[in-house]
Amino acid sequence: MIQILLLASLGITALGAAACSMPFLKGRVAPLIGGYSAAAAGGAALLAAILVLVNGGQACFSSVWQLPFASFSLKLDQLSAFFVIPVSLVCGLAGIYGTGYMADEGNSTGGRLSWTWFLLLMGSMITVIAASNGILFLVAWETMTVSSFFLVTRYHEKGEVRRAGWIYLTASHIGTALILVLFAFPGAAATGSGTLVHPACSHGLFFLLALVGFGTKAGIVPLHVWLPQAHPAAPSHVSAVMSGVMIKTGVYGLLRMLTCLGSPEQWPIWWGWVMIGSGAVSALYGILNALGQRDIKRILAYSSVENMGIVFIGLGVWMTGASTGNALMSSLGLAGALLHVWNHSIFKSLLFLGAGSVAKASGTRDIEFTGGLLGRMGRTGLAFFTGSAAIIGLPPLNGFTGEFLIYWGAFSAVYGDNGFHASVSGLLAITALALAGGLAMICFTRLFGTVFLGSPRSENAGKACETVGSMYIPMMILAVLCLAGGLLAHLVVGFLPGVSIASGTPEVLGRIALVSLALPAGMLLAGALRKILLSGRSTTTSDTWGCGYILPGSRMQYTASSFSLPALLLFRGFVSLRLTTRSNGEYFPNGLSLKSGLRDSFMHRLYEPLFRSLHRLSGWFSGMQHGRNQLYVLYMAAVLLILLLWELGV
Amino acid sequence: MNGLAEILIMLLMLTNFRLLGSSRLPACISTVAFQAVLLGAITLTTAGWRLSPWVIILTASTLAVKGVLLPALLRKAVRDVGISREIQPFVGFGTSVLLGAVLLSVCFIISRPFLDSAASEQSRMLIPGAMFTIMSGMFIIITRKKALTQVLGYLAMENGIYAFGTSLAVEAPFLVEIGMLLDVFVAVFVMGIVIYRINQEFDHMDTHKLTELRD
Amino acid sequence: MIQSMVHVLLALISAPLLQGVINRVKAFFGGRRGQPLLQPYFDMIRLLRKGAVYGNTTTWIFRISSLAAAAGPAAILALLPLGRVPAMLSFNGDMIVLVYMLAAVRFLMVLGAMDTGSSFEGMGASREVLLAALSEVAFMLCLAALAAAAGSFSLSGVYREMDTFGPVSVMSATVLLILLLSENCRIPVDDPRTHLELTMIHEVMVLDHCGIDLCLIQYGSALKLWVFSALFSGICFPFAGRSLWADLLAGLAGVFATAVVTGVIESTMARIRMKRLPEMLSLASVLALTAFLWEILV
Repeated sequence: MIQILLLASLGITALGAAACSMPFLKGRVAPLIGGYSAAAAGGAALLAAILVLVNGGQACFSSVWQLPFASFSLKLDQLSAFFVIPVSLVCGLAGIYGTGYMADEGNSTGGRLSWTWFLLLMGSMITVIAASNGILFLVAWETMTVSSFFLVTRYHEKGEVRRAGWIYLTASHIGTALILVLFAFPGAAATGSGTLVHPACSHGLFFLLALVGFGTKAGIVPLHVWLPQAHPAAPSHVSAVMSGVMIKTGVYGLLRMLTCLGSPEQWPIWWGWVMIGSGAVSALYGILNALGQRDIKRILAYSSVENMGIVFIGLGVWMTGASTGNALMSSLGLAGALLHVWNHSIFKSLLFLGAGSVAKASGTRDIEFTGGLLGRMGRTGLAFFTGSAAIIGLPPLNGFTGEFLIYWGAFSAVYGDNGFHASVSGLLAITALALAGGLAMICFTRLFGTVFLGSPRSENAGKACETVGSMYIPMMILAVLCLAGGLLAHLVVGFLPGVSIASGTPEVLGRIALVSLALPAGMLLAGALRKILLSGRSTTTSDTWGCGYILPGSRMQYTASSFSLPALLLFRGFVSLRLTTRSNGEYFPNGLSLKSGLRDSFMHRLYEPLFRSLHRLSGWFSGMQHGRNQLYVLYMAAVLLILLLWELGV
Repeated sequence: MNGLAEILIMLLMLTNFRLLGSSRLPACISTVAFQAVLLGAITLTTAGWRLSPWVIILTASTLAVKGVLLPALLRKAVRDVGISREIQPFVGFGTSVLLGAVLLSVCFIISRPFLDSAASEQSRMLIPGAMFTIMSGMFIIITRKKALTQVLGYLAMENGIYAFGTSLAVEAPFLVEIGMLLDVFVAVFVMGIVIYRINQEFDHMDTHKLTELRD
Repeated sequence: MIQSMVHVLLALISAPLLQGVINRVKAFFGGRRGQPLLQPYFDMIRLLRKGAVYGNTTTWIFRISSLAAAAGPAAILALLPLGRVPAMLSFNGDMIVLVYMLAAVRFLMVLGAMDTGSSFEGMGASREVLLAALSEVAFMLCLAALAAAAGSFSLSGVYREMDTFGPVSVMSATVLLILLLSENCRIPVDDPRTHLELTMIHEVMVLDHCGIDLCLIQYGSALKLWVFSALFSGICFPFAGRSLWADLLAGLAGVFATAVVTGVIESTMARIRMKRLPEMLSLASVLALTAFLWEILV
């Protein structure tokens, strides 16, 4: 049954992809086929994964494949099922959203083919997660990269999009190269089966390779540079899939690889430190950079870096707890990290879909030219509001539950007698989570407040209107899931894979749901009181108080850049903030201007110089390129000869 | 007695943050003087049954020199040169405090092996406190430009060394201390004169300008 | 249990009185007789009688922000121990829920301010979120130090254990006092009675609220002051009585003593420059960190 569902889902994606590539499809046919086959495939895979997760056990499927060492073997165990759920859910909903979002692009070849790539991306992600054969895993991994590359470069007429695409492809392939090295070791070809032991190498090297290789996909600093480039370039429903679930395949790969490296109790303590450290750096660096962006999707992309940092902090708490023999710390850390993976995929895809609606309605992704959209896009606004509150981690929404479990794990290292490593790493986790949470509050009040509240800052924003149902209904579903994830977390934690949840955890989560429901309940009460008191009294509207200024306009509103500038100035040692002021130096200055901008330090100071020098270096070899066939044959012959000589041991 | 000693040691740690975070020279001078007073009090509270007239006299004389005499000398220097602020240090004041927190963590970590060799139960925490005082003194000498602030860093370092001695044993450090006190006194005296002269000759007392004197 | 309920009830009733006490203390230092102790109540009743005026640009966000301002702190009271009197609801991790409930209220208040489209309210919102981000770190580190000192992860457990007075409680109490001042916009951080919009932090965010909404916000800030006063006084004035009733009385005395302390601070200190506020809050974080390191090393 489960096998059939899983294969059906893969089959639907393949068929849909093939159908969408047909050149005779015109009008809205391709988007409809693409979107609804994604939804159908998502539904089937979701059902299969839920069945596995709830019933326990695992579902296997295997068939031969001509490639050496390869077989088309799929295995849906607890861990895979756990990751299949967000993938199928988000891909399905994003597909439906895409039917509305891409409705006017059905006639163009690019628009039609984007559905092929979308379905391929979806199918390959499910295959990556379910693969139990190393070669199959790598093939699917590569398909995932390539199909998402074509989706990122959907609007390749623009130079910036092409640039983003190349950066993405380069970063992905550097990551894949490392994973390939990892898989080249004997015994690794069969993922998930047996232990990975190689006499010549320590486990530490495997760990680092996996961390860098999969961390590139997950977007961990300093390997995050592709995210803020690729996410804004892609169509919004694709960004939702990429940021919501594709980066999670990095976490999945890392977890899967870790299970091959012996039991957690035997891992050295520095692994936990590395994870917490890289997570803390990613969380803080990601959210600080999100504060300075004006492009709505770039803000969300940097916030993904932050959230993956939080997941890594949770994993680090897990590993430190396991190494130091603190069972509570380790189980809570893993549970928190996994729960945050789910939660992030829900609210981040919601926010990206919302960003797409905003960009479509107001014609710009620059938040300084939006404003006041809540009045005209009530449903989108409500969903975006829920997502923003969830991503800050406010109770009673789902973002809080995962962070809470990580906090609990970190605190449990602190308040018991756990030795030095556990306490200090717990403290590091707490500090990073608290600071990232506070900065996320700045980031998302800024985002929501600028885009949806106040008055419109441009003519287009003033004319925006609500999107079609196929666009806001998926967002509504995700918003409801945000709320459900917060209130029903105590039912969910029991199903997390590989976590032996400590007794009392579900009870605590239930209490939290209860307490946090007191807030909306109290608000309802106060609202009823206000309504009763106001009945029969005058309720009028008037202009906003402008301190006596009689002509307040939308240009007098506080801008998003000024909103976050104090925070950026405070942390300017950690971000590349550029401030240029210009004035004529007189007592009555006219033409005064202040310009602020934020560049990615790693892109700017590390990768660009690095790749420039690589470029120079490779220039030296250009002399070998003559474009003559004969010469290339000569090179090949020479290499073969050298290899032969080497092999013969001459 | 235990609680009191611990609170005094805590105050000693926190004074270093004031030293790291304040740009006003008079405030820094009072802080260093306060450190000396705290050290005297800590010596008396942790000495316990070993309290002898000899210890009291030594403590009092240390207090007199480091808590009263040297600060007075430095205040006079501040008045004479007419500069009351450290402006534009190599590391900003906010960053200094944060780095101070890192230094403190390091001190807590590296002092773990020594804790058991403390002279008494009360002076256990004095070891990280003393280390932190030494380190923040060094930090100030490295990162500040004004000669006067560097003298303050030097004094803080000396306070730390004294505290370190106190934490390990009560009587032994006094012999060392007397010699050191003399050194410090002479050093501060000489520096006071030098500061005065630098100021007279160059109209400022930035030490980094001295690099212009090299070949 | 009955004592916990009495605490919540008393807090709901007498929270505005704290403001009255602070005003009287300030008047005393200013050499005046000052307004009646119950003046905050009179103000609130006067506001309750008014109609409502809303800004043209505002949406439902603005209308629910004032509701959250009152409902949030009231809900938090259920998690709040008063000295050794346990909270109505206590469980592992309630301290984190408390911090995040405060954040939820702040989220809605900030959005309410931005909903008006006013430049002043945007400015206030920007300041509020920055200070909150910094104070959240200090708060969490302080809670970590307290949790480590008491060996418990619930607030009631922590406050039951913290009955002695050592370096950790001195440092934590200082941090909590700084947080009390900054979260409740008291003087070294913000002046609740200033009349210049450019210098305000919290007050400027509620410029457009009036009537019943303003009353709810004032009541909410009184409750919030109560929450922080209880957190501070439980550490600063540890008292272990024979019965929970004695503890309850001592806790109430501690809360009002905290109000007096706040009044004294407000009368004797000048406002810190806005640019230096982050320094003060990071100093609080450093203090909390020191407390934590101290605790795990001893």
